[in-house]
Amino acid sequence: MELKTKINAENGKQDLVITRDFDLPVELLFRAHAEPEIIEQVMTNPYTTAKLLKFEPKKHGSYQLASSDAEGNVVFRANGTIHEFSPNKKIIRTFEMENTPFGVQLEVYEFVPLTDDTSRLNMHVIYESAAQRDEVLKLPFAYGLNMAHNRIEEIFKQTKIN
Amino acid sequence: MNLRRDVFQAIADPTRRAILMLVATQSMAAGAIASNFNTARPTVSKHLQILTECQLLEQTQNGREIYYNINAIKMKEVADFIEPFRKMWDDRFNKLETIMKQYKPKK
Repeated sequence: MELKTKINAENGKQDLVITRDFDLPVELLFRAHAEPEIIEQVMTNPYTTAKLLKFEPKKHGSYQLASSDAEGNVVFRANGTIHEFSPNKKIIRTFEMENTPFGVQLEVYEFVPLTDDTSRLNMHVIYESAAQRDEVLKLPFAYGLNMAHNRIEEIFKQTKIN
Repeated sequence: MNLRRDVFQAIADPTRRAILMLVATQSMAAGAIASNFNTARPTVSKHLQILTECQLLEQTQNGREIYYNINAIKMKEVADFIEPFRKMWDDRFNKLETIMKQYKPKK
């Protein structure tokens, strides 16, 4: 099945554009970015649970999100500042993964109504440098490898005990 | 020894992507490829060189002409490589869509 999400990342540039059409009215698409419970649900996956430690959806506001594993250890934390928060139209914010070398990225979310029941999200993400963008782009690939590696380690640990 | 070119950057350039599209279905000589672009011949040659260095293109000598064709295995590797990032966002957006379809306003 073809993915609905498009990513445009041109050579040597320090930005990228993520585009996705939703089978949702623009009001609901925006609400998913404005209500903390929904953000936490979206960011939670089978391995980690996401929690917003801070969330001030307004100009000059800021946010902090932490993800914990099944044992409650925090495995990921990110934060940023909100520069614009215009309901059903636009969010401009920064995003920084804590304790990583990936720096700060600027994110511009544009919410566009298509019909009464459909909408589009355009995300323009600007990084500190082209090299940094490419590193972030490679992250999920590296993470996938890591997860596989950890699983193998886990299996080995379990076989050792007895 | 030359550092191997970053395949990832090679494929992100619009002209190089256009070259890959051109030779996707048939192998072509450098001259024929260059005639499809308004850019100077040496510029196209440079692009061909980069694509060859990172193994996205393969060269075959035919008389005095060098023909270029796509290296399907390498192309697949690259597609797979960028895919996890797109997949991560797609999964996240799919989830968002599912949650919001069941959403009931609080008031």
